[in-house]
Amino acid sequence: MIRFLVPAFIFLVLVGFLFVGLYKDPSLVPSPLIGKPVPTFVASTLKDPNKTITEKDLQGEFILVNVWATWCAACKQEHAALVYLTEQLQVPIYGLNYKDDRKSALDWLQRYGDPYVANIFDDSGRIGIDFGVYGAPETFLIDKHGIIQHKLVGIMTPDVWENQFVTKINQIISASNAMSKQMASVQ
Amino acid sequence: MIKNFLPLFICLFYLSVANAGFITVAPEYEDRYEKILSQLRCLVCQNQTVAESPAGLADDFRLEVKEMLERGASDEEILTFMSDRYGDFVLYKPPVKTRTYLLWVGPFVFLIGGVLLVVTLVKKRAQAEPITELSDQDKQRLKSLLDEDNK
Repeated sequence: MIRFLVPAFIFLVLVGFLFVGLYKDPSLVPSPLIGKPVPTFVASTLKDPNKTITEKDLQGEFILVNVWATWCAACKQEHAALVYLTEQLQVPIYGLNYKDDRKSALDWLQRYGDPYVANIFDDSGRIGIDFGVYGAPETFLIDKHGIIQHKLVGIMTPDVWENQFVTKINQIISASNAMSKQMASVQ
Repeated sequence: MIKNFLPLFICLFYLSVANAGFITVAPEYEDRYEKILSQLRCLVCQNQTVAESPAGLADDFRLEVKEMLERGASDEEILTFMSDRYGDFVLYKPPVKTRTYLLWVGPFVFLIGGVLLVVTLVKKRAQAEPITELSDQDKQRLKSLLDEDNK
């Protein structure tokens, strides 16, 4: 009996692993930057080459940093969703204009609308490397302490915003509420 | 004859040019540069190393590695720089950690398990008593089978 059960068991375990593997997207690489502070950088803004922007400018309760470029087709696809987020939900979005050309990028914003508070102009892609960018569009969620809380690789949609980002934000808020309650009770 | 292969040669020529990239390092760094690049995975075309990938991101990686080498960074520092930003996945040779124990130890476990299995099976077979005498029943069966053939 055991002669059949053991191989059958091994087979089932293998099938289990392979089955789970079927539903995993190998192009999604987990970012080691989650839970870490935003990388430091100094760059010029997209609109004004003489104005500098650094990681200290990324201020807000929760902000998004969206990696985009005019050569990126999927960025065009998600653009309307970004405009929706800023206009309807007042989400502050900073852009990381990645390996792009200043003039085309400005034209793009003129034509499709500008959802960004400001844009980091990263024509060499060096800041992109510090952010672990490997394919635009990517969107980072950053909290008020400047910690990266979530990263989306792919297209932002209202659904993705609701399911991934709002869920994450609510988790963080309830965790910090629980923490402050605990602190209050200790005092 | 050579005419038929001309397009192929042209393709191969451009391919080699494309792969060579436009980044060149000083001769004293060349060996280390090549070694490091062949240990990094290109995240755009995941089954290629940065050394062989024509993707734009791989170019950026090459430039970064080159500049770090020139700044005097060690091989270790450069690989850590990459894995800090892109995770262990960027390294073709994953580091030994609790999470990767199975990956490193697994093949040896299977190898030892297989050897043990073969050894026990062979031993068992060797220990089994060889059949020297046939039982009456077997003799009868043998006889009837032989008779059948002789018919």
